[in-house]
Order: sequence, then C-alpha cells, then structure tokens
Amino acid sequence: MNAHLPAIQVVLPLLAAPVCVLLQNRKVVGVWATLVAWASFAIAITMLVHTMEHGTISYALGGWESPLGIELRVDVANAFLATIVTGIASMVLPYGPGSATLAIPEDKQYLFYTAFLLCMTGLLGMSVTGDAFNVFVFVEITSLSSYTLIALGKGRRALTAAFSYLVMGTIGGTFILLAIGLCYQMTGTLNMADMALRLQPVMGTRTVLVAFGFFVVGASIKLAVFPLHQWMPNAYTHAPSVVSAFLSATATKVSYFVLVRVVFTIFGAAYVFGTVHFEWLLMPLSIAAMFVGSIAAMYQTHIKRLLAYSSMAQIGYMTLGLSMNSVEGLTGGLVHLFNHGLMKGGLFLVVANITFRLNSSKIEDMAGLARKMPWTSLAFAIGGLSLIGVPGTAGFISKWYLVQGALVKGQVWLALLILMSSLLAVGYVWKVIEVMLLKPPTDRVENTKPAPLSMIWPVWVMIGSTVVFGLWTTWTGTVAEVAAETLMGLR
Amino acid sequence: MLESIAASLPPGLILIFGALLLPLIPGESAPTGESADGIWPLSGKSKLGMRGILMLLLPILGLAQMWLLPLGHTVDVEVFGYALQPVRVDRLSRIFGTIFHIAALISVIYALRVRDTLQNLSGLAYAGAAIGAVFSGDLITLFVYWELTALTSVFLIWAKRTNRATRVGMRYLIVQVLSGVLLLAGTLFHYADTGSLAFDLLSLDGSLGHWLIFLAFGIKAAFPMLHSWLEDAYPEATITGTVWMSAFTTKMAIYALARGFAGTEMLIPIGAAMTAFPIFYAVIENDLRRVLAYSLNNQLGYMVVGVGVGTELAINGAAAHAFAHILYKGLLFMTMGAVLLRAGTVNGSDLGGLWRKMPWTTTFCVIGAMAISAFPLFSGFVTKSMILTAAADEGHTWTFLILLFASAGVFHHSGIKIPYFAFFAHDSKLLPKITGEAPRNMLVAMAIAAFLCIAVGVYPAPLYAMLPYDVGDYSAYDLTHVVTQMQLLLGSAAAFVFLQKMGWYPAELRSTVLDVDWVYRKLLPGGLRATYNAIDKGAEKTKAAVGRAVLAGVNRFGQMFRPGDRSFGEPWPSGETAMWAAVVLVAYLVLSIVGSQAG
Repeated sequence: MNAHLPAIQVVLPLLAAPVCVLLQNRKVVGVWATLVAWASFAIAITMLVHTMEHGTISYALGGWESPLGIELRVDVANAFLATIVTGIASMVLPYGPGSATLAIPEDKQYLFYTAFLLCMTGLLGMSVTGDAFNVFVFVEITSLSSYTLIALGKGRRALTAAFSYLVMGTIGGTFILLAIGLCYQMTGTLNMADMALRLQPVMGTRTVLVAFGFFVVGASIKLAVFPLHQWMPNAYTHAPSVVSAFLSATATKVSYFVLVRVVFTIFGAAYVFGTVHFEWLLMPLSIAAMFVGSIAAMYQTHIKRLLAYSSMAQIGYMTLGLSMNSVEGLTGGLVHLFNHGLMKGGLFLVVANITFRLNSSKIEDMAGLARKMPWTSLAFAIGGLSLIGVPGTAGFISKWYLVQGALVKGQVWLALLILMSSLLAVGYVWKVIEVMLLKPPTDRVENTKPAPLSMIWPVWVMIGSTVVFGLWTTWTGTVAEVAAETLMGLR
Repeated sequence: MLESIAASLPPGLILIFGALLLPLIPGESAPTGESADGIWPLSGKSKLGMRGILMLLLPILGLAQMWLLPLGHTVDVEVFGYALQPVRVDRLSRIFGTIFHIAALISVIYALRVRDTLQNLSGLAYAGAAIGAVFSGDLITLFVYWELTALTSVFLIWAKRTNRATRVGMRYLIVQVLSGVLLLAGTLFHYADTGSLAFDLLSLDGSLGHWLIFLAFGIKAAFPMLHSWLEDAYPEATITGTVWMSAFTTKMAIYALARGFAGTEMLIPIGAAMTAFPIFYAVIENDLRRVLAYSLNNQLGYMVVGVGVGTELAINGAAAHAFAHILYKGLLFMTMGAVLLRAGTVNGSDLGGLWRKMPWTTTFCVIGAMAISAFPLFSGFVTKSMILTAAADEGHTWTFLILLFASAGVFHHSGIKIPYFAFFAHDSKLLPKITGEAPRNMLVAMAIAAFLCIAVGVYPAPLYAMLPYDVGDYSAYDLTHVVTQMQLLLGSAAAFVFLQKMGWYPAELRSTVLDVDWVYRKLLPGGLRATYNAIDKGAEKTKAAVGRAVLAGVNRFGQMFRPGDRSFGEPWPSGETAMWAAVVLVAYLVLSIVGSQAG
C-alpha cells in the first residue's frame, strides 16, 4: 500500500475534481472537496512518516521503469512539501462555503472547488515528481487553475490581475520548458536523477549554462523573486481571500521547492555555487526583496496588498537561505517555507473574516476593530508577531536558523541585515494593530459583529500552530534539517 | 502533590496566561460617565467583578506556586540541541520573585477600578514576564522575557491614547528593544566563545559578548547617559501604568547585574554617579511624577554600587534595597497617581494644600517619603545601610561619601519636596475643585505598601532571612548607623528650611528640564536640519543643484515605496516585468560567465 501512495497522492484530487462538476450542489461539493483534502493530508503524513523511517519511495508510473517511464520520487523533502500543501488545503477548504465572497452565482460555485482541487493536484504533482517534463506539466496545471481562482474574485480588477498573472506565468512556464528542452538536448533524458548523472560530462558547455539560467528565471517568476514579483500584489489583492490564503501558503512555496530541486538535484551545488556562482545573483536580490518588500508594505493602505508585499519580503528570506549554500541556510529556508505558509495563510484567513464582515479591506476602515472582533484581531496580532519573528512564534525559529546560517559563514553583516529587516516588519504590522486597537471605532465598525465560529476556528488552527511550532520546534526543525541534508545529498 | 503541580509550571506563566484570560471573561459595563485613564467610577462604590477577582487571584496563586518550588529546583530542556534552563530557583531569584509578586498584587488592587482591559492585561503580563526573567537559568530564556517586558509595558503608555503618548511609547519601545537586541547579540557571541548558554557570572573580561550583555543590562538599569528613557517614559504612562512600570523593568536589570556582573569594579563609579546626578534634575523638575522617576534612577544607583562591591553583604544589600525600594517607590507613585486623578495635574507649581482634601493620601505619602529618605524604623534605613556599610568595609571611601551626599539629596527631593509641594506649601487654586480622597481601592493598595514599609523597618528579620546570603549578626540598629543617618536627615532638613525661608530654593516653575535625550531628540535632528538648511541656502545662492538634489533624493526615496505610479509600492505593467525577466536572465549570464572564468 505504501508503495502506491505517491501516485494516489496526485491522482486522488485529479479524479475528485471532475466529480465536483457532476455533483453540482454547492454544499455537497464543499463537503466532498474538504474530505478529499483531508484524505490527501492523511496520505501526505503517512508518506512523511514512512520516508523519515525507511527513506525514499520510488514509484514507476504505469510500471515503466525510469529513466524511460515517469518516476514519482518521494523523499523527506517531497513528503514535507506535500504535507504542507495538503495541510493548508485542509484548513482552507472548510472555510470556502462560509466566506462566499465569489464573483460567480451560487449555483456555479462548484467550479471554484473544481479549480481548487486541480490547483492542488498540480502543486502535489510538482512536489512528488522525479521527472523534469512532468514538472512543467504540473506547473501548467497549477497555473491555469490558479488564474481561474484569482479571476473569481469580486470586482473587475480581479480579471486584470488574473490576466497579468497569466502573462507572467506563461513567460515563466515557457522559460522552464526551454530549460528542460536544452537539458534534454544535452542528455537525452527527462528523469531528474538520470539527467543529473548525464549532465556531468557536459557541465562546461554554454548550453548547460543557459539551461540553468532559463530554469532559474522561470522558477523565480513563479516564486515572485524581486524584481519579478510584480504579478503578485494584484493577484493576492483581488483574488478571493481564501484563494490568497491558499496560493500564498502553497504556490510560491512549491515553486521555491522546484528551484531548490533544480539547484541541488539536477545541477548540483558544486556547479551552481562553485562554477556559475548563482549566489552572486540570488543573494543581492534576496536582500533587496527583504527590504523593498517590507518598506513597500509599510506604505500600503489595503491590508491584502500589505500582506502581499510582506510575502515578497518573506520569500526573500527563503531564497536567502538557499543562496547561503549550507545546511543551516537551507534548513532556515525550508523551515520558513513551512512557517510562512502557516502564518501568511492564517493572516489571509483573518483578512477573509474581516472583509466578510466589513466588506472592505482598507486599513483605515478597521479602526477600533479589536473591540468588535476581538478573536479575529488577536489572531492578526499573533500572526503579525510571527511575521516579525518574535520569540515564542514560528517566525523566530526561521530567523534563528537563517542567522545561524549567516554566522556559520562568518557573515556577521548578513545576520545584521536579517535582524534589521525584521525590525521593518514591526512597522507594517504595528500600522494595522494600532488602527485596530487604539483608534476609536468608525460607524462601519460599530455596526459589525464577530465572525461566525465556522470562520474563526480555521484561523485559530493556523495561527495557533504558529505558536505551537514556535515553542515546540523539534518537529519542524528536525524534518527540515533532514530534508535539507537529503536535498544537499548529505544523506 | 502540590509541589509537583507547582513544579510543572515556570513561575510567571500563571500571570501571563491568566492575563490572557481577562478579555474572555464577560466584562463589567464600560465607563458611562467621567473617567480618567480608564479608571471608572471616579468615586463612590465600585463592584468587584469576575475580572477583578481573577486579577487579585493571579499574583496570590503565582506567589504560592513560586514558594512551593524548592531551592535548587531547575527545569532543563533541549531545543535544537541547545541546553536551555527555563526555571532555576535559588535565593537570589526567589527574593526578586517574591517582591515582584507582591508588587503585582499591590498594583492590581490599585488598578481594580481600571475598566480598560488593555491596561490590566498588559500590566499583569508584564509582571509575569519580569518574574519569568528572574527565574531564567539561561540567556535565551532571559532574552525572551526581557523582550516580553518591553512589549507588554509599552501598552501602559499607549493606553493613554494621546498622540504624545504614542510618540513617547515608541521612543521607549525602541530603547527597550535595542537593549534586547544587544542582549541577544551578546548571547550569540558568548555562546560562540564558551559553548554555554547558562546565565551565571559573566564578568567583563574583555570578551565582546560580555560587553554587549553588560550594555543591554545597563540600558534597562538606566546607567548614566543610558537613562533618559526612564525619565522620559514613566511619567507619561497612565495613572496605574506608572505604578506597574516603577516596579519591574529596572529591578529586573538589577537582578541581571547581580547575577551576571557581581563584583565588577566598574559598577561602583557608575552606581555612584547614578546616585548623584539625578538629584540636581529632581530638584529643578516641576512634574512630580518625573521627580519620582529621577529619584527612582538615583535609588537604582545604590543597588548598582551594591552589585559592584560584590561582597555577600553588598549583594544582600542590593537585593534588600530592591525589595524595600519597590514598595516605597510604588507607594509614592500611587500617591502621585491619586493626586493626578483628583487634581488633574502633578505639577508642583499648581499643587499645594491638598492635605485638607486628601488626608489619607497625605499620610501615606509622608510614610513613603520617610521610607525612601531612610528614617530609622522605616524600610529604606535597614536596607540602604547594608550597602553603605559594605562600601565602607571594602575601603571605597569616596563612593561612601558620594552615597552619603546622595542620601541627603534623596531626603531633599523625595522626602521633603514631594509631600511639601503636593500636600502642604501654599493652598493651590485647584483646591476647591478637588472632590475628595482617592477611591477606596487605591487607599487600600497604598495602605498595604505603607504598612510593609514600616514593617520591614521595624522588624527586618523576615526580609533578612530571605536574602541571597546569610546575614549573620548584621544589624542596622547600632549607634553609628542611627546617629549618622539622623545627622544627615536633620542637616538636610535644616538646609531646606533655610533655603526656603531665604527664598533661595529653586522655585517650582513650569519648564522643561534638559537631559541627555535632548542630544538625540533635538540636537541631532536639529543639527541635521540646520546643516541641511545651510546647504539649501548655499545652493540657492550659488544656484548649485546640490541642495535640490538632496531634497529630491529624499522625496524620491519616499515616492519609491508609496503606492503610486512607478514605485515599488505599486505593481508595474506586465510588459515591464517581462523586460525585467530578460534583465535578470542577462544579469545571470554575465555573472555566471564571469564566475566560471574566475572559478
């Protein structure tokens, strides 16, 4: 049974998606999609436990052995990622029916779940596949379904946001395809492990150099690395909050993972950092993202856009961890991938609650909200503290690893930059909290009431786990460290 | 049974988690009439609601739990392979833990009428964080609580909800967080040097990490030149907020110094300077709560000297003085809070004659004043004399003399000036408006503190028994101590009377007292502005573009991030982003080709 898990993981949501279209009834579909997400979550956890104990699972799709057939290859890192994707989906989906802030009429809302499950399929596929071309296919599945999801947001600007994401996403996808094509030309294989072996003799060629470049830029667009992040603020702002929560917590994370895979599994650290010095490009861009994102977030007047710019800064921390080329750095990146997924997902759900009641995402409209929606506001405050990296929250753990990574290499200045940019986060988090807590309530706020319980508990599960994983760190720390060592080939 | 329950929880957490429960309990009705700093009703009876009962229970439960922990009890955990010790109980931590709980209880009673949950929550959590800090066995745990005290206490300032309070709070927070960052940086260096995170004697042996930690402690202990956050922030907090704040942050720092830097010679001159310089400010300052803040700073100086001398007697003295000091300083801040509540101001120039309307508050204030001035039979006397004796025993004659001078000064500004200008002197114009005594719960809180001030002074044995080291046969009540102290007090009183009669005493004026924070609040910004203006003017004259370029640069920086056309705060058109993709690709190619040539 365990041997088939990788295939089931991807196939289950893929097959469940068309079922939504057959079921049609909004409520039934909601329950169905939620159950599928929970089942997938269970599968992912089983795989994670299995890989932690027994090592890699390799699955030959259709019985065709690699390198000819498509191989699904799950090690600790892949399972870790699948757990995150399915876990977040499990929290976000029960939320879907409650918020109902979509642009389409209720009788068409089953399409939302269809697109959502397809998006999840794509993300899981990217997580578990060991085949380079397969990555491209799943990237496209994810992208197409997420354009749909974003376009479902209320207001016409959701359409333009989705369209500009489509343009950028297509460029990114094309770059990845070009890179795969170039690699295929040089090696004659599409299996990642096989490709890594066969690339060795031709490493010095310009073709490989260019292939890696296309890979990097393509993945960076998907990942929203500064300055290729421009699709993100609008997409997150105009998409339904639930979709923002899901995409911000998973889509960019899986893209990060693809980048890490390309760097360590296909091309190898020796080539990437030893020969072409990828860190010369990635580190400055990461640092720029940390600062530009945080400063830009401070100036935002809409809370969703503020969170989007904050995401850009947080992605900077993850890529910074990658650019350090050390176990500590990569562990920091992976831990932050997990922790940021939790806190940003949780925060977007908080925003979903607020916009559901207030019908506005302007920060100034939230004056005095702490009195009317205390639980929701408290959740925002805790999530915000985690973004800053206050001890006792998950954000601290990520920063701790990253600072360690910098200090191990003796780069004290880098550690200082990390701490300084964390201070900037105080600025934009405080900006919101001050309005919620200390400003006298406006009429709009006076007439509101707390969010329904069905919308509060998923928020608190996510926000609560940022505190749990901030205090109880063995799990994330160990798994991420094992995953980092696996990726770097030290295990 | 009870012990095992107690042992399962770090001290302080009862207060922190209990405080978090406050907003969940169905609240009392919100203020409907006149209220001040969240205190409502201003007079008459007030019901002790569910929240009030919880607030009272928390410090009592916390104290009971703490005393159930045996000496030498530790909790060790391993996080990421770092050995941490969230709980370590020994005599030094226990005496600070005890007084912190008592201070929390008194503050709670004083704050029972506060209907602003934000204040009560942050006050209790703040006390809990300070308690947690003194029981931390490692530097990381200490850092966590260290920052938590900053993050919680700042709300006691912001709770005033004025623009001024927002600015003051921000300044306070920046300094406090800076102290935490220094502590963390020092800890990392210390760990790199020694491989240990344990919080034991560190000493200034030239290692950079220890200096950073020393500086972090110094900021919170309000060393001279690092002190101005205290005088800036404490008088700006709410009526009850100042009472909370006066107890914890600085004494936590004294504890940390006693733990980490006992016997560090440099602390002796630092402490001596601390006792002396605030006196001059305190004499000329008009805001009586700010006078008390200066006097607080001066009292910390005695403790710092005690820690610096570092003998058993001196450390005992520092701990005992912290204990007594929290009580009488809290008491004085409570009386001034009551005055602020009733009169609406604590400016010495506007007050006077309040004893007619507030006799109880006056009595308590005089008791607090006598305790801080170290009258025999009051708490300050039995504790301060330990530090003075220790300094003299170790041959620090100059220090001893400065401390004596400072003692006279303390009597002057805290012992005489505060009660005299507030409650006696000439009758204030405000007198007719004052409705009467402070609310009952405030009087109870003051009475408890006043009782303890006298009890410790008359019968110090229980306090001595709690001190970190055995006191032996030391007694404050011998002939030399009593006579010296009485001479000092009478001399100082005579000087005040003389100056006052001759009209030479600095009059109570509305004025702004300049302190070192003027350098970073006014001089630097002003200097920069002046420099900039000069540049601008010069540029105007010579028609050079320098000034305008600077101006444009500054504007441009803001515009780079503000949402708007062509800024980082606004998404760019897709076409442009596509171009950036090409730019990044080219940048990669150039860098990688350069890299592969070089490597």
